[in-house]
Amino acid sequence: MTVDVDSTAATPAVGPAPGEVVAPPVAPRAPGGWWARSRGTLFNKFLLPFCVFALFVGGWYLVSGLTLTKQQRFMLPLPHDVIRVGFLDWSNFKVILEALRYTVIVTFIGLAISMVLGVLAAVLMSQAQWIESSLYPWAVVLQTVPILALTPVLSFFFGFALTSRTIVCVIIAFFPIVSNTLFGLQSVDRGMHELFTLHHTGRLTRLWKLQLPAALPAMFSGFRVAAGLSVIGAIVGEFFFKQGNAGLGTNLSVYSSRLEGERLWATTLVASLLGIAVFVFFGWLSRRVVGRWYQAKRG
Amino acid sequence: MTMTTEPPPATTAALRFSGVSKKFKDGTVALTGADLAVAPGEFVTVVGPSGCGKSTLLRIASGLDKASDGEVDVHSKSVGYVFQDATLLPWRTVWDNVRLLAELERMDKKERDRRVRDAIDLVGLTGFEKHLPQELSGGMRMRVSLARSMVLAPDVFLFDEPFGALDEITRERLNDELLRMFIQSRFAALFITHSVQEAVFLSGRVLVMSGRPGRVKAEVAVPFDYPRAPEIRYSAEFAALCGEVSQYLRDV
Repeated sequence: MTVDVDSTAATPAVGPAPGEVVAPPVAPRAPGGWWARSRGTLFNKFLLPFCVFALFVGGWYLVSGLTLTKQQRFMLPLPHDVIRVGFLDWSNFKVILEALRYTVIVTFIGLAISMVLGVLAAVLMSQAQWIESSLYPWAVVLQTVPILALTPVLSFFFGFALTSRTIVCVIIAFFPIVSNTLFGLQSVDRGMHELFTLHHTGRLTRLWKLQLPAALPAMFSGFRVAAGLSVIGAIVGEFFFKQGNAGLGTNLSVYSSRLEGERLWATTLVASLLGIAVFVFFGWLSRRVVGRWYQAKRG
Repeated sequence: MTMTTEPPPATTAALRFSGVSKKFKDGTVALTGADLAVAPGEFVTVVGPSGCGKSTLLRIASGLDKASDGEVDVHSKSVGYVFQDATLLPWRTVWDNVRLLAELERMDKKERDRRVRDAIDLVGLTGFEKHLPQELSGGMRMRVSLARSMVLAPDVFLFDEPFGALDEITRERLNDELLRMFIQSRFAALFITHSVQEAVFLSGRVLVMSGRPGRVKAEVAVPFDYPRAPEIRYSAEFAALCGEVSQYLRDV
């Protein structure tokens, strides 16, 4: 909504000026027909992704049904077989749901730790150039180090259960939060900084009243990327550290070694849905928190 | 010109530059030996070609930049600074933006709320307290910025081309309102602009600065009394003054 007091106050008369052509009061029609007008909502948001999904399922049937023989089909079972075995057979579906519960727990513990550590690290780096220079490269290294190489040392110190899984999760989800938050903290308008400088604002007040709120949109886009990565981290963690409760990753590793294609793909689908769910959740949360004053091109 | 405003004597100036120079690290000389003074309750405008160091003058006066040479005296407990942009915090409502500086200066809450209400009223934004900056026009945003500084009731006000980005109609209306605030509060104002009309309309004295390195080259006294009716803009005397300032600007 844009309210312009300056232009309305300038014209005391409310009616049209003499000679002005008054357009009939109809809603303005966007060019391009009905689909262009409703495109922002129904078409873009649901129909297009659904078409892609339909194409994807079609492709799946093609590959599975036409190129694989019956004996090879354990690699990529037909979609309806995946649904029948994985989801409609309650004894199988119960196992998936149980595993999902543990994966969700690891995902959210890992994500919460990443959010706290990531924001703290970014705030620390934003305080002085030398801190940023000394820490940032190592945040990059943490992101790029192969998890596989870390598994022996993690299992030695933290065992083969929840702790190690969570650490893998944090290692994977940490970096996007640091880099996005740091970017947000550092891209505050110079004029606003000067306004705070003029009034002798201390570091903490500046951080709290200027930098952190200004960084929120960037921080949230970091959270969203990290949330998706956290799911991956949890599953990778469960894949390597199999003690304790079985998560989706634990089961994936079991099904894959037993060549149980249907359950393998059903579990994979659930894992993807979990990733989508946390991604959508953080998109929603971001719009709730900063949407009123910050409009990104796409939420 | 029947009446001239003399530069104030050293002891009474609200703001005084004596031989102020500014050389930046890259070697650019922005100011050389700038001398000027603003008396309490006086409105002084500086015009000059772009890049003549007008803004540097204000940055030094406010303490955002340090002078390389010379002396700057500011006799005021608080200095208001209005930037080229409104520099509003986009996540704060009009009310919360106007409150900001009082908050930073830790003003008593009751006093703060009263002053915020008065300031919003003064700039004509009553009823818009809950709006966000993005919901306002450029002119309204600048009003919020003015109100934000007014809350601290500064004795010295620095304006860095605050209306430069606004359209002519909005700019003239804001000029009228700025003068209303000036008459009500009688702060000492140093106003930077590149609009000759704006300079003559607002101020008691117009200082003309030369291009880089900047220094004050000429001074034109404006004899109109405050309050000034918007119509004086169309008087012959006003046009003659604008002509004079423009002439100096061409010469520098």
